[in-house]
Amino acid sequence: MSKNMNLTLKVWRQKNADTKGKFVTYQAGHVSPDMSFLEMLDVVNEDLTKKGDDPIHFDHDCREGICGACSLHINGRPHGPKHGITTCQLHMRSFNDNDTVVIEPWRAEAFPVIRDLAVDRGAFDRIQAAGGFVSVNTGGVPDANAIAIPKVIADEAFNSATCIGCGACVAACKNASAMLFVSAKVSQLALLPQGQPERYHRVQAMVAQMDAEGFGSCTNTGACEAECPKEISITNIARMNRDYFTAKLIKQEEA
Amino acid sequence: MKLDAKIPEGPLAEKWSKHKFNLKLVNPANKRKYTVIVVGTGLAGASAAASLAALGYNVKAFCYQDSPRRAHSIAAQGGINAAKNYQNDGDSVHRLFYDTIKGGDYRAREGNVYRLAEVSVNIIDQCVAQGVPFAREYGGLLDNRSFGGSQVSRTFYARGQTGQQLLLGAYSALNRQINLGKVQMFTRHEMMDVVKIEGEAKGIVTRDLITGEIETHAAHAVLLCTGGYGNVFYLSTNAMGCNVTAAWKAHKRGAFFANPCFTQIHPTCIPVSGDHQSKLTLMSESLRNDGRVWAPKTVELAQKLRSGEIKVTDLKEEDRDYFLERKYPAFGNLVPRDVASRNAKEMVDEGRGVGASGIAVYLDFAEAIGRLGEDAVRARYGNLFDMYQQITDENPYKQPMRIYPAVHYTMGGLWVDYNLQTTVKGLYCLGEANFSDHGANRLGASALMQGLADGYFVIPYTLGDYLATIGPKAVDVKHPSFEEAKKNVVDRVNQLLSLKGTKTVNEYHRELGHIMWEYCGMARTEAGLTKAKGMIRELREDFWKNALVSGSNNEFNQSLENAGRVADFLELGELMIDDALDRKESCGGHFRLESQTEEGEALRDDENYAYAAAWEYKGDDQDEVLHKEELVFENVKLSQRSYK
Ligand SMILES: Cc1cc2nc3c(=O)[nH]c(=O)nc-3n(C[C@H](O)[C@H](O)[C@H](O)COP(=O)(O)OP(=O)(O)OC[C@H]3O[C@@H](n4cnc5c(N)ncnc54)[C@H](O)[C@@H]3O)c2cc1C
Ligand code: SF4
Ligand code: FES
Repeated sequence: MSKNMNLTLKVWRQKNADTKGKFVTYQAGHVSPDMSFLEMLDVVNEDLTKKGDDPIHFDHDCREGICGACSLHINGRPHGPKHGITTCQLHMRSFNDNDTVVIEPWRAEAFPVIRDLAVDRGAFDRIQAAGGFVSVNTGGVPDANAIAIPKVIADEAFNSATCIGCGACVAACKNASAMLFVSAKVSQLALLPQGQPERYHRVQAMVAQMDAEGFGSCTNTGACEAECPKEISITNIARMNRDYFTAKLIKQEEA
Repeated sequence: MKLDAKIPEGPLAEKWSKHKFNLKLVNPANKRKYTVIVVGTGLAGASAAASLAALGYNVKAFCYQDSPRRAHSIAAQGGINAAKNYQNDGDSVHRLFYDTIKGGDYRAREGNVYRLAEVSVNIIDQCVAQGVPFAREYGGLLDNRSFGGSQVSRTFYARGQTGQQLLLGAYSALNRQINLGKVQMFTRHEMMDVVKIEGEAKGIVTRDLITGEIETHAAHAVLLCTGGYGNVFYLSTNAMGCNVTAAWKAHKRGAFFANPCFTQIHPTCIPVSGDHQSKLTLMSESLRNDGRVWAPKTVELAQKLRSGEIKVTDLKEEDRDYFLERKYPAFGNLVPRDVASRNAKEMVDEGRGVGASGIAVYLDFAEAIGRLGEDAVRARYGNLFDMYQQITDENPYKQPMRIYPAVHYTMGGLWVDYNLQTTVKGLYCLGEANFSDHGANRLGASALMQGLADGYFVIPYTLGDYLATIGPKAVDVKHPSFEEAKKNVVDRVNQLLSLKGTKTVNEYHRELGHIMWEYCGMARTEAGLTKAKGMIRELREDFWKNALVSGSNNEFNQSLENAGRVADFLELGELMIDDALDRKESCGGHFRLESQTEEGEALRDDENYAYAAAWEYKGDDQDEVLHKEELVFENVKLSQRSYK
């Protein structure tokens, strides 16, 4: 087992949305390589608390890569240096003794900072509420096996459904575009038979809300896909664009 | 007060239909005159909020996370049971009922469990209609697998992320109602108290976690869907924010707390690696379908493994003790969780544990990889294997996983009657937060089922009956009860913020966890429990003198949030101990060393303990009072659980 490390942390501290933030430097000593990144911050926070300072605020909950709460920009990359995992799944063995680690919140206009490293991702919920559903009430639905869905289609829809809503795609994008996130939901439902009746209405409603929230436009650079912890593919964006234009055509024809 | 479970009369299979017919209905045009508060938007809360809104009620929903999609239900891996019998392997509503009652070691109500099994089939239909992508066969129909302690394949799953997909389904139904204006969603809000007017629940007090504002909300009824309290043990597989606060405040306002000591220790979790550990990670029970659990045959071999003298891959077949297969030939590695956990503990206690700490046993896939090929194993469990490797830096395709039991689920919770109403009128409790359906041990894949059964298919009926009775007259937040409750909360917050001692809240939490794990964990004794009670009292007193809470109220203050939750755990812990002391029998996850069979299995005492223990809060420094709800078994024969 490798021995404990000492690290220098440069952490973004910001009291609330209305004040200006700045980087503050902390030393993290005796960091075990078996610790998770968030556990390393826990230890720093215990020290800060004991010294009478405010602990560093950051969002987290499940600490196993599924709830999408954690959201740190580490050394310039959302969720840190490793591919296909969230910040809470990152372990300190990915760092070396005496490293300097820069920790920032997601940076995007549509994700205002709440405090330190925690941001407001409410925009994501509002986009989902605009159309990310199939309109069925509880009860009165057909037997689950009444519709057969080819396994390849079901698997493809599943791949899109694995998005955890973390926002790393937005943070990774130089335009702060939310296309990967939105297209994942649109695709999941567009692929499945249950999603067909509202398919074209859904894509328009969700895209309209996305625009209203102030996310940037997509210029196909693919940074989102590279940083997405769930490896959501940008083919979802292509699929959504197709549906979006079809939807416009349908609307024109109906007009 | 006499507990009335309100189980309908009549044959088991007709109880629910009859009851539904007898329940009063709210006129469709009147529904919009009612407001219902739903606290918690995990599977239970989101499904309830969406279903009630779809019926026409106005709903105010609350969660502490930044989005309803992040409730801890999201983390469920393995699957959800339903008596669909799609596999033609002999499943039925009755069999699911029977398995669940037996699995719970006969400490749940027949009527509730039967209803759960009955509505299980509707849940799957509902979820598929929402677009939940369950696993499918090549022919396009739904796939099933067998899951912990069951001999039929009735578990529906979505890779290793069933909870996520079910929650996103419920979240989408909730979103639809938010969009329609029927649900008003309050994220980053923590419920801090229940408001009662003339004995009935009429609202709540919340704290806005961003601004610190203490707010009051009025409604015709309040539903608590706030999840389990496993974090009283500090380390558990629960999310960091899981707490007992909402249920505990309700308890202090008169809702009885039932079977608090019934906690589930899950056998297959990644072992603790050091003091910095903040939570434990579950390796889904589904792994036991193909993985074989073993420990070295002798203490000597175990010692050599621990010191690194030999490697696990050096051990020959005859040096391995597949202890579950050996002791339980009929169920083998698929014995229920409590049995698997206790046996792992026994190995470690005997000195046959492995890993650097010696507190682990192996879960081995070599045989499955040989039989099915590595690709097939990857297709089934790939994400779990990756997760394991990420955390431990060991490759489970090449060497067995190390696993050890960890706190996972709480069967206990607020006492509710058949209608899911607590002992406070107008206050309901759904999902893991209530005590209702799992008795002393929960079978795998049945918590998701229960949460969604409560939310989609039970509460929409039973709540209507209450609302029809009280009528739609609006509740006013200006009523003095709201002021009183609000003041309570403000005082509590100030009291916490005034703590400027030397020990962090985390340190108290960790200590509490140690006490609970040591004395109220997998094995419990009269002496140990009595000692623990004193220790918790001392710790609690010390907390209110020496704890250190930073910051102020009018800001996003995670230190304050945590302090409030830990303060409540410090009270709950003592009640759990009282409950464990009272129940001198062993049953399910509650193992009293004084009560075991000759073979070391849990020995129930049906004559004296066939009851649900419902505790009544009597005031801060007073012992709680025990009320017993006798359990009546008319359809199953109580027998010693045997998985041999
Ligand atoms: C790792 C893991 C794996 C699991 N796997 C399975 C499985 O495969 N199959 C299975 O059947 N079960 C499984 N379970 C159990 C199951 O997931 C849970 O029992 C179930 O999801 C609980 O749902 P719930 O809706 O009752 O609570 P939760 O999903 O925990 O939701 C609680 C809600 O209450 C809110 N809340 C809590 N306190 C407050 C407060 N004071 N104020 C405001 N809001 C509050 C939260 O914000 C959240 O919205 C698993 C559990 C764990 C931990
Ligand atoms: S698409 Fe990926 S990066 Fe974006 S929110 Fe979803 S999981 Fe996160
Ligand atoms: S804390 Fe849940 S994904 Fe990281």
